Amino acid sequence: MADTARDPPPDRTDFHEVEDGEDLFPEPSAETPESQPASLSAVDISTNANGPKQDSFFDDDNEDLFAEATEEVSLDSPERDVLLSDGPSPAITPITPPTSVITPRIGHTHDDMFTHSSFDEIEEEESGDSFDIHISVSDPEKIGDGMNAYMAYKVTTKTSMSLFKQRDFAVKRRFSDFLGLHSKLASKYLHIGYIVPPAPEKSIVGMTKVKVGKEDQSSNEFVEKRRSALERYLMRTVKHPILLKDPDVLQFLESTELPRAVNTQALSSAGILRMVNKAADAVNKMTIKMNESDAWFEEKQQHFENLDLQLKKLHASVESLVCHRKELSVNTAQFAKSAAMLGNSEDHTALSRALSQLAEVEEKIDQLHQDQANADLYLFSELLGDYVRLIGAVKGVFDHRMKTWQKWQDSQMLLQKKREAEAKLQFTNKPDKLQQAKDEIKEEIEELEGKVQQGERDFEQISKTIRKEVSRFEKERVKDFKMIIVKYLESLVQTQQQLIKYWEAFLPEAKAIS
Amino acid sequence: MTSIDESDKEKLRSVSVDLNNDTSLLIDIPDALCERDKVKFTVHTKTTLSSFQKPDFSVPRQHEDFIWLHDALVETEDYAGLIIPPAPPKPDFESPRDKMHKLGEGEATMTKEEYTKMKQELEAEYLAVFKKTVQVHEVFLQRLSSHPVLSKDRNFQIFLEYDQDLSVRRKNAKEMFGGFFKNMVKSADEVLISGIKEVDDFFEQEKTFLLDYYSKIKDSTAKAEKMTRSHKNIADDYIHISATLNSLCAEDSTPNKKNLEKLSDLFERLRKVEGRVASDQELKLTELLRYYMRDIQAAKDLLYRRARALVDYENSNKALDKARLKSKDIPQAEEHQRQSLQKFDKLSESAKKELTSFKGRRVVAFRKNLIEMAELEIKHAKNNVALLQGCVDLLKNN
Repeated sequence: MADTARDPPPDRTDFHEVEDGEDLFPEPSAETPESQPASLSAVDISTNANGPKQDSFFDDDNEDLFAEATEEVSLDSPERDVLLSDGPSPAITPITPPTSVITPRIGHTHDDMFTHSSFDEIEEEESGDSFDIHISVSDPEKIGDGMNAYMAYKVTTKTSMSLFKQRDFAVKRRFSDFLGLHSKLASKYLHIGYIVPPAPEKSIVGMTKVKVGKEDQSSNEFVEKRRSALERYLMRTVKHPILLKDPDVLQFLESTELPRAVNTQALSSAGILRMVNKAADAVNKMTIKMNESDAWFEEKQQHFENLDLQLKKLHASVESLVCHRKELSVNTAQFAKSAAMLGNSEDHTALSRALSQLAEVEEKIDQLHQDQANADLYLFSELLGDYVRLIGAVKGVFDHRMKTWQKWQDSQMLLQKKREAEAKLQFTNKPDKLQQAKDEIKEEIEELEGKVQQGERDFEQISKTIRKEVSRFEKERVKDFKMIIVKYLESLVQTQQQLIKYWEAFLPEAKAIS
Repeated sequence: MTSIDESDKEKLRSVSVDLNNDTSLLIDIPDALCERDKVKFTVHTKTTLSSFQKPDFSVPRQHEDFIWLHDALVETEDYAGLIIPPAPPKPDFESPRDKMHKLGEGEATMTKEEYTKMKQELEAEYLAVFKKTVQVHEVFLQRLSSHPVLSKDRNFQIFLEYDQDLSVRRKNAKEMFGGFFKNMVKSADEVLISGIKEVDDFFEQEKTFLLDYYSKIKDSTAKAEKMTRSHKNIADDYIHISATLNSLCAEDSTPNKKNLEKLSDLFERLRKVEGRVASDQELKLTELLRYYMRDIQAAKDLLYRRARALVDYENSNKALDKARLKSKDIPQAEEHQRQSLQKFDKLSESAKKELTSFKGRRVVAFRKNLIEMAELEIKHAKNNVALLQGCVDLLKNN
């Protein structure tokens, strides 16, 4: 049965390869009604609830069984499903990759991948198939009119990795698709300790302007900001070795058709639910007092708090720089015009010409400042904005660890209570009911003991994952920053070099005044 | 107590006024004191002229004394045909003072180093304003001393020599009111003058030119000022960025620490260069435009005075005609008319000379300043390139 291929992640059980004739899907349509949510608890990542969605993965499979899945938005399933909108496909865990989903893709050579049972080995394997993928988001195109209009972006993937069917392909996606992807990944991976890159932020104001059709500089800037942010988002996501292999990610990049993720809308019921959950989480976080036994975690948490603060401050300063540089550009342009008028008014010929030349130089310089402001924005400022959000995700992962700990502790407390109850039972004087009660309690205790063990395992697992993730994140962060800062500095160099050219061209004009 | 040494002054003498090299009367302001709002200038004179009591002496003067001198010259009829050098503007420390106040309010939000650096920037700005005002007062006096007629003015001599407080001689309230009234009449004159029929082509051209040029240069001055302010804002942003990078660096214990250090240092240096770009632009461009704006106003004033003289002459003509008609007081009317004409002719002749040399002066000053500004911009940009490229190379090699 395929179920065994999907053991809950914390269990370090073996799994086996899917044999050819095996049912690739555990009859999704049959299981949907009783779908267990792939809940936030680490215990049970059941793929059952997610059955319906897997099929669009196989565009060539046209069995009715799968076709109806696209309509399934599980309105009557437990609330968890509502948040999953069109249901994420099974999570890729380090222990048990959803072989059933991957097999058709990978085909012949990479069977070995399925026998791996540890994160490390998957990483090693990964280095064999070296990380070579480049995603670009381009050609923003307005589709439709009025308030129902939206922007469609072309997502082009160029890769030599065998994970993908082709080497060079493109699809059309809209913003809510990206949000949908993120929401799926977040629901699968955040609570087990993976740092899932956050999606770019929604902007009702920005989007409304675009919808209404305002073709001005600010709406162009908005679209460009978004396009660039989406590109960075995807690249960050695929850089994560585990996320790259997630079927939702692959589907997002490859499938021509993607069902609309309606539940990502801010004002949908799911959106409101999300906000409520967020608030509840915040309250819970304040009430959880965890006994941190691991100094590493304490130190890292402090480190990220601090980083958060500093990056926010830096971001604010850079935003101010962008604003001032734009002002400089505008003021320079105005001065250029004024100098031109002055030159016209000047009756000394040579001086008049020099003033006109000055006006021209200043006009070129204002364009230079405008371009520099753009570099300030798109390179420096946006980078910082991304990292402020990323750090948010990191903090979220730490919070999940606390929650996991809490759950474990709760189970333990419950177990303790039951044990006390059991002890008390010894002293009741209703012998006939005693045995029955004793049996009941024994059962409960056994179950709870299992839960406590599971809780401890979950906690250890998430702690381990976080350690790995944090080290990967930090490495990536340093690399990312360095690369972009170098680019940004080079843009500054270019601006200054242009300035030199312009002023050197002007100098002889000034000297020519007689 | 702030003093300015010779080399600084040489640099500061940006607004060239084509001073002649006549060393018979040398004036400078070697020292100035700033107390609250009041600036006390030490006016130092070195002279070989016998009209002065001593060959080398200094007196303390306030801004109001300069204004008194200027107004006294303007009101002297004999100088009606001259361009009176524009009065120096009042020392204005409002901008840096406001910023200092805001900085104090925002002190809590920044690190100690950030605050110190911002304070340093503001103190530098304060100093720059101070230097500017000293320079502009000095230039005023130097223009007077190099003018063949004005240098001999009695009030000028008193200003330079009189070792008591000049406020006794300064306008009392009544006079000030009179001055104010005069200014009001002058603006009415402007309207009057624009309408007058000009017989002389030269003056017709000058009038058109000066009126137009004045409004254009006023606009350019304002726009140049805004540009300079933006540069200063950017320099401030660099301070904040540098400080935050510094904080990040302090927290970092990885090899990345060195990179952050370099970056923080880079921004600190960039902001210094940016600050200099701003101040040089201000000195060479904004101040140039501002000075000549005021100078053009002075030239306009000359035209107005000439136009008034023309009106007077025309009125005297009318009066003569009337007298002839009535056969009464004819010799007085004739004399009056003759005098008016003489005054007008003298004024026109003098004005022509002044306006011609004014143009020459202006062209020379613009040339000098534009060249210097371009050279400084190049220098700063090259500096920036070196700093940035150095940092990029260091980061890449790390």
